[in-house]
Amino acid sequence: MLTFVALASLLLLGIVPEQTEAISIYTGWERHALLGSDVRLSCSFFSWRGTSDDVTFSWTYRPDGSRDSISIFHYTSGQAYVDNKGPFRDRVEFVGNPGKRDGSILIKNLDYNDNGTFTCDAKNPPDIVGRPSSVRLLVFETVPIQAGVITGAIIGVVLGLLVLIVVIYYLMRFLVARRVFSLSVSKHGKKKREGTQARQASSLLSSRKPSPLPPPPLPPLLIRSITPSQTTTHATARVLSHAGAK
Amino acid sequence: MLLLLLGIVLLHIAGLVLLFVSTIVSVWISGETSTSDLWQNCSTISVGSHCDPGSAGEWIQAVQALMILSIIFSCLSLLLFFCQLFTLQKGGRFFLTGTFQILASLFVMSGAIIYTLMSPQWVPDTEAFGYSYILAWVAFPLALISGLIYVILRKRE
Repeated sequence: MLTFVALASLLLLGIVPEQTEAISIYTGWERHALLGSDVRLSCSFFSWRGTSDDVTFSWTYRPDGSRDSISIFHYTSGQAYVDNKGPFRDRVEFVGNPGKRDGSILIKNLDYNDNGTFTCDAKNPPDIVGRPSSVRLLVFETVPIQAGVITGAIIGVVLGLLVLIVVIYYLMRFLVARRVFSLSVSKHGKKKREGTQARQASSLLSSRKPSPLPPPPLPPLLIRSITPSQTTTHATARVLSHAGAK
Repeated sequence: MLLLLLGIVLLHIAGLVLLFVSTIVSVWISGETSTSDLWQNCSTISVGSHCDPGSAGEWIQAVQALMILSIIFSCLSLLLFFCQLFTLQKGGRFFLTGTFQILASLFVMSGAIIYTLMSPQWVPDTEAFGYSYILAWVAFPLALISGLIYVILRKRE
């Protein structure tokens, strides 16, 4: 058991300092650009090792609908080599910073033929295992509205109107009900006051009648002697006589 | 009475299912090797089918919004129907349910009309309308009839 733990810890210690993560390359997903303008294609990478002096960046281009890709840019040993024979002749410029792991290029004076996929591949020796990343370039005469903006706007406006109508409806109902309630309370209040006065007068006159309500709780000494039909004066007389007797 | 109720609910659900299929499946236009709209354009090359995100024009987005709104309103109408079934007093009419269902049918109708009028702008003449488009047009009278039935129906016990 102990040997197993020792072996496992040795294995872990052996593995951890040597990072086996590959290099990760980041470019954009899509770039939209206007006809005749310049576009900056950014490419950066993440590597567990420090940036070496032999870091290389290379960009390749594959037109839309084609299967072949051609190389248009290469940076190695501190020198940038741009396209001087292909479709991007004299239009590519290196604007990246290899020391900061940035291998971005600038493509000038775009044309409709430049629609396609640009792939960036970066290598940071000895960390060379990685997957190149691609960015798609779309050239427009006028930049269109992004997908989903109008859709979301229409849906939001209609649902917002619905919620507004529901809220207004319930608010109106609440206000009308409160008005009606306050009116009825004021009417009821007058009636109630008159009603209670009448009730008090009638109860004083008819005190001999057996009241439907149970009598208030009394100590057990007095319960035997007092019956519900007796008036208060009789009850107090009995209480005094009993207390005196004890 | 129970049979009538079941029939009405089935009609409503049938319309709702048609709306869902018409909105979700992207076959408003179908050509020989490609189908497109509302959400993506797929073309079958020799290797298999390859789909691109659909065009982001203003009119397509409007049609997308109207179809989604019609689905939302039809679902709300079904929910309201079950609510009103238990809370409405005897002899009352399902006005709210009917209103929402009729609104849903109006949204489908306007979506289909906008698509019919504006699609020639981005669709070549060689391609025909696909089954999602037809389902949208079928869902419109179904939803309208369902809504009218709700408005006319009286609650009996």
